[in-house]
Amino acid sequence: MNEDELGTYQPLTYYQMMEVSLRELLVEKGVITEAEVERAMGEIRARGPERGAKMVARAWLDPAYKARMLADGSKAAEELGFEVPGLKLIVVENTPSVHNVIVCTLCSCYPRMLLGLPPDWYKSRNYRSRVVREPRTVLEEFGTQIPGEVSIRVHDSTADMRYLVLPLRPAATEGFSEDQLAALVRRDDLIGVSVPIQP
Amino acid sequence: MTAATAERVEARFAPGERVRVLEAAPLGHVRTPWYIRGHRGVIERLCGAFPNPEELAYARPGTPRQPLYRVRFVQKDIWPGYAGHAGDVIEVEIFQHWLIRDEKGAQDAPLRPPWELR
Repeated sequence: MNEDELGTYQPLTYYQMMEVSLRELLVEKGVITEAEVERAMGEIRARGPERGAKMVARAWLDPAYKARMLADGSKAAEELGFEVPGLKLIVVENTPSVHNVIVCTLCSCYPRMLLGLPPDWYKSRNYRSRVVREPRTVLEEFGTQIPGEVSIRVHDSTADMRYLVLPLRPAATEGFSEDQLAALVRRDDLIGVSVPIQP
Repeated sequence: MTAATAERVEARFAPGERVRVLEAAPLGHVRTPWYIRGHRGVIERLCGAFPNPEELAYARPGTPRQPLYRVRFVQKDIWPGYAGHAGDVIEVEIFQHWLIRDEKGAQDAPLRPPWELR
């Protein structure tokens, strides 16, 4: 049994049942231990957007790093010590004339190794179907006004690549340290539904 | 037919080339969104070659690997009545076997995919 958000018990779904059966078998056969599963789950749940934010802060401070990041996002992640096996990362840069936003219309592809688990709205049909055809309206619903003269570039993550938005550095942040800059960068800024708030 | 090595199909398109997405509806697992089928765009970049997801979905190896591109489309061309900047674009990852060259004068060429022409 399985508790939903309201505290009501619901029967396990087919795939939940499959997961439990497979996990219990692997433990029974000594392939993995319960403690290893718990630890791995804990790591996945604890991961937030800090890695992506650190990459952005570094790019704001170091033009050479930014150039390497735009040329090869995965290598730029590894350069900061983030292990991203198999990740094919493309970093898209916001400029005064272009704003980028990421979606996966087919499912919920997301750079989890850098941003943690995707928010529920990212996986919703509402976001996935609407941000491709009315991006300005959807961004407004997130409280983000994109000026009329700025064009919007939507990236549909349909296959093997994953995406990260490099936002514009907020004004009045001269002299900020890398940590101070990283603290300004939120998950939604890295998806492109918002922009970093000026401190 | 596209030239293929044992494990990888050769890339046929270069950045900047105009392409059109096949207007096909094959059965099975496909990673070309419906909304983009039949539309014209420009190759933004070649992403590399990846196992074909249409085969992977059925526990087959997906080889030879297929070139994957990011293709840029103008939003006003995709959505009737699109409200926004004329420069608004959408970029979608599309595998090579879903793309044909969009040559001048060939606008009305059949868009049927190779697997239906056999």
